[in-house]
Amino acid sequence: MASYRTPLGRVRGLGSAKHGVGHFIGQRVSAVALIVLVLWGVYSALVLAGADFASASAWMRSPWHAVPLALFVGVALYHARLGIQIVIEDYIHKPLTRNALLILNVFVAWLGAAIGVFSILKVAFGGGAL
Amino acid sequence: MSEATGDKASRPLSPHLMHWRPHLTMVVSISHRITGSAMYVGVLIIAGWAAALASGPDAFEQYRALLGSPLGKLVQIGLTFCVFFHLANGLRYLGWDLGKGFEKRTADTTATAVVAFAAVMTILLWVIAGMRGLL
Repeated sequence: MASYRTPLGRVRGLGSAKHGVGHFIGQRVSAVALIVLVLWGVYSALVLAGADFASASAWMRSPWHAVPLALFVGVALYHARLGIQIVIEDYIHKPLTRNALLILNVFVAWLGAAIGVFSILKVAFGGGAL
Repeated sequence: MSEATGDKASRPLSPHLMHWRPHLTMVVSISHRITGSAMYVGVLIIAGWAAALASGPDAFEQYRALLGSPLGKLVQIGLTFCVFFHLANGLRYLGWDLGKGFEKRTADTTATAVVAFAAVMTILLWVIAGMRGLL
Protein backbone atom coordinates (compact mmCIF):
# COMPACT_ATOMS: atom_id res chain seq x y z
CA MET A 1 0.00 0.00 0.00
CA ALA A 2 1.31 3.37 -0.95
CA SER A 3 2.09 5.75 1.86
CA TYR A 4 1.59 9.47 1.60
CA ARG A 5 4.09 10.14 4.39
CA THR A 6 7.42 11.63 3.41
CA PRO A 7 10.60 9.64 4.13
CA LEU A 8 11.56 12.25 6.74
CA GLY A 9 8.17 11.95 8.43
CA ARG A 10 8.59 8.18 8.72
CA VAL A 11 11.92 8.28 10.53
CA ARG A 12 11.35 11.30 12.74
CA GLY A 13 11.23 10.36 16.42
CA LEU A 14 12.91 7.00 15.89
CA GLY A 15 16.46 6.17 16.78
CA SER A 16 18.81 7.75 19.27
CA ALA A 17 17.83 10.76 21.36
CA LYS A 18 21.60 11.42 21.64
CA HIS A 19 21.47 11.09 25.44
CA GLY A 20 22.58 7.47 25.78
CA VAL A 21 26.33 8.03 26.07
CA GLY A 22 25.90 10.72 28.73
CA HIS A 23 23.72 8.32 30.73
CA PHE A 24 26.24 5.48 30.35
CA ILE A 25 29.18 7.62 31.46
CA GLY A 26 27.25 9.30 34.30
CA GLN A 27 26.22 5.91 35.68
CA ARG A 28 29.82 4.67 35.74
CA VAL A 29 31.49 7.85 37.02
CA SER A 30 28.98 8.04 39.89
CA ALA A 31 29.61 4.31 40.53
CA VAL A 32 33.33 5.00 40.98
CA ALA A 33 32.58 7.89 43.39
CA LEU A 34 30.16 5.68 45.32
CA ILE A 35 32.83 3.00 45.96
CA VAL A 36 34.54 5.47 48.32
CA LEU A 37 31.37 7.14 49.62
CA VAL A 38 29.62 3.83 50.40
CA LEU A 39 32.61 2.41 52.29
CA TRP A 40 32.75 5.64 54.32
CA GLY A 41 28.97 5.41 54.78
CA VAL A 42 29.09 1.85 56.11
CA TYR A 43 31.85 2.84 58.57
CA SER A 44 29.85 5.93 59.65
CA ALA A 45 26.67 3.89 60.06
CA LEU A 46 28.53 1.59 62.46
CA VAL A 47 29.84 4.61 64.41
CA LEU A 48 26.41 6.27 64.48
CA ALA A 49 24.22 3.20 65.04
CA GLY A 50 21.83 3.83 67.90
CA ALA A 51 23.14 7.39 68.45
CA ASP A 52 20.81 9.67 70.42
CA PHE A 53 19.83 13.20 69.32
CA ALA A 54 22.73 14.97 71.03
CA SER A 55 25.49 12.71 69.70
CA ALA A 56 23.98 12.53 66.18
CA SER A 57 23.78 16.37 66.09
CA ALA A 58 27.36 16.67 67.33
CA TRP A 59 28.48 14.20 64.64
CA MET A 60 26.70 16.18 61.90
CA ARG A 61 28.23 19.52 62.99
CA SER A 62 31.66 18.39 61.84
CA PRO A 63 32.36 19.37 58.21
CA TRP A 64 34.24 16.07 57.88
CA HIS A 65 30.86 14.34 58.30
CA ALA A 66 28.37 16.83 56.82
CA VAL A 67 30.21 17.26 53.51
CA PRO A 68 30.69 13.54 52.67
CA LEU A 69 27.13 12.74 53.81
CA ALA A 70 25.68 15.46 51.55
CA LEU A 71 27.86 14.18 48.70
CA PHE A 72 26.73 10.62 49.39
CA VAL A 73 23.02 11.51 49.33
CA GLY A 74 23.43 13.55 46.13
CA VAL A 75 25.60 11.10 44.20
CA ALA A 76 23.65 8.01 45.37
CA LEU A 77 20.32 9.54 44.28
CA TYR A 78 21.83 10.59 40.92
CA HIS A 79 23.10 7.02 40.41
CA ALA A 80 19.75 5.58 41.58
CA ARG A 81 17.79 7.89 39.26
CA LEU A 82 19.81 6.70 36.27
CA GLY A 83 19.50 3.04 37.27
CA ILE A 84 15.77 3.09 37.98
CA GLN A 85 15.20 4.93 34.69
CA ILE A 86 16.66 1.89 32.87
CA VAL A 87 14.55 -0.52 34.95
CA ILE A 88 11.37 1.44 34.13
CA GLU A 89 12.29 1.65 30.44
CA ASP A 90 12.96 -2.10 30.30
CA TYR A 91 9.91 -3.42 32.13
CA ILE A 92 7.08 -0.89 31.78
CA HIS A 93 5.71 -0.81 28.24
CA LYS A 94 2.41 1.10 28.55
CA PRO A 95 3.31 4.64 27.40
CA LEU A 96 1.27 6.56 29.98
CA THR A 97 2.40 4.46 32.98
CA ARG A 98 5.97 4.45 31.70
CA ASN A 99 6.19 8.21 31.23
CA ALA A 100 4.46 8.87 34.55
CA LEU A 101 6.98 6.62 36.37
CA LEU A 102 9.93 8.19 34.52
CA ILE A 103 8.81 11.65 35.66
CA LEU A 104 8.06 10.41 39.20
CA ASN A 105 11.59 8.94 39.32
CA VAL A 106 13.12 12.36 38.59
CA PHE A 107 10.86 14.11 41.12
CA VAL A 108 11.56 11.61 43.94
CA ALA A 109 15.33 11.72 43.38
CA TRP A 110 15.48 15.52 43.41
CA LEU A 111 13.07 15.82 46.35
CA GLY A 112 15.09 13.30 48.39
CA ALA A 113 18.34 15.10 47.56
CA ALA A 114 16.89 18.53 48.40
CA ILE A 115 15.43 17.39 51.75
CA GLY A 116 18.56 15.42 52.63
CA VAL A 117 21.09 18.14 51.80
CA PHE A 118 18.98 20.91 53.37
CA SER A 119 18.60 18.90 56.59
CA ILE A 120 22.30 18.05 56.75
CA LEU A 121 23.29 21.72 56.29
CA LYS A 122 20.71 22.92 58.79
CA VAL A 123 22.08 20.65 61.53
CA ALA A 124 25.69 21.32 60.46
CA PHE A 125 25.20 25.07 60.73
CA GLY A 126 23.69 24.55 64.17
CA GLY A 127 20.18 25.99 63.75
CA GLY A 128 17.39 25.27 66.23
CA ALA A 129 14.54 22.81 65.70
CA LEU A 130 12.18 23.44 62.77
CA MET B 1 12.11 -2.92 2.93
CA SER B 2 9.70 -2.41 5.77
CA GLU B 3 8.55 1.04 6.63
CA ALA B 4 10.14 2.58 9.70
CA THR B 5 6.87 3.09 11.52
CA GLY B 6 7.67 1.12 14.67
CA ASP B 7 6.59 -2.32 13.41
CA LYS B 8 7.23 -4.02 16.79
CA ALA B 9 6.91 -7.64 15.58
CA SER B 10 9.92 -7.36 13.29
CA ARG B 11 12.21 -5.63 15.77
CA PRO B 12 14.80 -7.64 17.70
CA LEU B 13 13.98 -8.48 21.32
CA SER B 14 16.69 -9.36 23.80
CA PRO B 15 16.12 -12.56 25.79
CA HIS B 16 14.37 -12.02 29.13
CA LEU B 17 13.32 -14.05 32.17
CA MET B 18 10.81 -16.20 30.26
CA HIS B 19 13.50 -17.54 27.93
CA TRP B 20 16.16 -18.51 30.45
CA ARG B 21 16.50 -21.44 32.78
CA PRO B 22 17.66 -19.81 36.06
CA HIS B 23 21.43 -19.95 36.42
CA LEU B 24 23.99 -18.15 38.57
CA THR B 25 25.09 -15.28 36.31
CA MET B 26 21.48 -14.54 35.38
CA VAL B 27 20.30 -14.55 39.00
CA VAL B 28 23.20 -12.24 39.97
CA SER B 29 22.34 -9.94 37.05
CA ILE B 30 18.68 -9.52 38.03
CA SER B 31 19.71 -9.25 41.70
CA HIS B 32 21.87 -6.26 40.78
CA ARG B 33 18.71 -4.46 39.66
CA ILE B 34 16.68 -5.63 42.66
CA THR B 35 19.35 -4.60 45.20
CA GLY B 36 19.81 -1.27 43.38
CA SER B 37 16.07 -0.57 43.49
CA ALA B 38 15.95 -1.46 47.20
CA MET B 39 18.81 0.93 47.93
CA TYR B 40 16.92 3.79 46.26
CA VAL B 41 14.58 3.44 49.25
CA GLY B 42 17.65 3.04 51.48
CA VAL B 43 19.06 6.45 50.50
CA LEU B 44 15.64 8.00 51.09
CA ILE B 45 15.67 6.42 54.59
CA ILE B 46 19.04 8.12 55.21
CA ALA B 47 17.71 11.46 53.88
CA GLY B 48 14.73 10.95 56.21
CA TRP B 49 17.12 10.36 59.12
CA ALA B 50 18.80 13.72 58.39
CA ALA B 51 15.39 15.38 58.12
CA ALA B 52 14.33 13.89 61.48
CA LEU B 53 17.56 15.14 63.05
CA ALA B 54 16.92 18.62 61.60
CA SER B 55 13.34 18.53 62.95
CA GLY B 56 14.39 18.27 66.59
CA PRO B 57 14.69 15.74 69.44
CA ASP B 58 11.08 14.46 69.39
CA ALA B 59 11.00 13.69 65.66
CA PHE B 60 14.47 12.15 65.90
CA GLU B 61 13.48 9.85 68.80
CA GLN B 62 10.43 8.67 66.83
CA TYR B 63 12.56 7.97 63.78
CA ARG B 64 15.14 6.19 65.93
CA ALA B 65 12.42 4.00 67.47
CA LEU B 66 11.17 3.16 63.97
CA LEU B 67 14.66 2.14 62.82
CA GLY B 68 15.19 0.17 66.05
CA SER B 69 11.92 -1.79 65.74
CA PRO B 70 12.10 -5.43 64.57
CA LEU B 71 10.87 -4.41 61.10
CA GLY B 72 13.36 -1.54 61.01
CA LYS B 73 16.22 -3.88 61.87
CA LEU B 74 15.08 -6.42 59.28
CA VAL B 75 15.05 -3.69 56.61
CA GLN B 76 18.53 -2.55 57.69
CA ILE B 77 19.92 -6.10 57.54
CA GLY B 78 18.42 -6.51 54.07
CA LEU B 79 19.88 -3.19 52.95
CA THR B 80 23.30 -4.17 54.33
CA PHE B 81 23.27 -7.21 52.04
CA CYS B 82 22.11 -5.00 49.13
CA VAL B 83 24.98 -2.55 49.71
CA PHE B 84 27.73 -5.18 49.68
CA PHE B 85 26.15 -7.17 46.85
CA HIS B 86 25.70 -4.13 44.61
CA LEU B 87 29.17 -2.80 45.52
CA ALA B 88 30.95 -6.06 44.66
CA ASN B 89 28.88 -6.78 41.57
CA GLY B 90 29.26 -3.16 40.46
CA LEU B 91 33.04 -3.63 40.57
CA ARG B 92 32.54 -6.81 38.52
CA TYR B 93 30.59 -4.80 35.93
CA LEU B 94 33.22 -2.03 35.87
CA GLY B 95 35.71 -4.79 35.07
CA TRP B 96 33.45 -5.91 32.23
CA ASP B 97 33.41 -2.31 30.93
CA LEU B 98 37.21 -2.60 30.71
CA GLY B 99 36.75 -5.86 28.79
CA LYS B 100 37.97 -8.04 31.66
CA GLY B 101 36.34 -11.15 33.14
CA PHE B 102 33.99 -12.09 30.30
CA GLU B 103 35.10 -15.75 30.02
CA LYS B 104 32.30 -18.08 31.10
CA ARG B 105 34.33 -19.71 33.87
CA THR B 106 35.59 -16.33 35.16
CA ALA B 107 32.09 -14.82 35.09
CA ASP B 108 30.77 -17.78 37.12
CA THR B 109 33.64 -17.57 39.63
CA THR B 110 33.27 -13.82 40.16
CA ALA B 111 29.48 -14.20 40.50
CA THR B 112 30.01 -16.76 43.29
CA ALA B 113 32.57 -14.45 44.90
CA VAL B 114 30.08 -11.55 44.84
CA VAL B 115 27.38 -13.57 46.64
CA ALA B 116 29.88 -14.96 49.17
CA PHE B 117 31.38 -11.50 49.84
CA ALA B 118 27.94 -9.94 50.37
CA ALA B 119 26.85 -12.73 52.74
CA VAL B 120 30.09 -12.68 54.77
CA MET B 121 30.17 -8.88 55.08
CA THR B 122 26.50 -8.72 56.10
CA ILE B 123 27.05 -11.31 58.85
CA LEU B 124 30.31 -9.65 59.95
CA LEU B 125 28.73 -6.19 60.15
CA TRP B 126 25.74 -7.39 62.19
CA VAL B 127 27.97 -9.43 64.50
CA ILE B 128 29.87 -6.19 65.18
CA ALA B 129 26.54 -4.38 65.67
CA GLY B 130 25.43 -7.18 68.00
CA MET B 131 28.64 -6.97 70.03
CA ARG B 132 28.00 -3.24 70.44
CA GLY B 133 24.59 -4.14 71.87
CA LEU B 134 22.58 -2.81 68.90
CA LEU B 135 20.77 -5.97 67.85
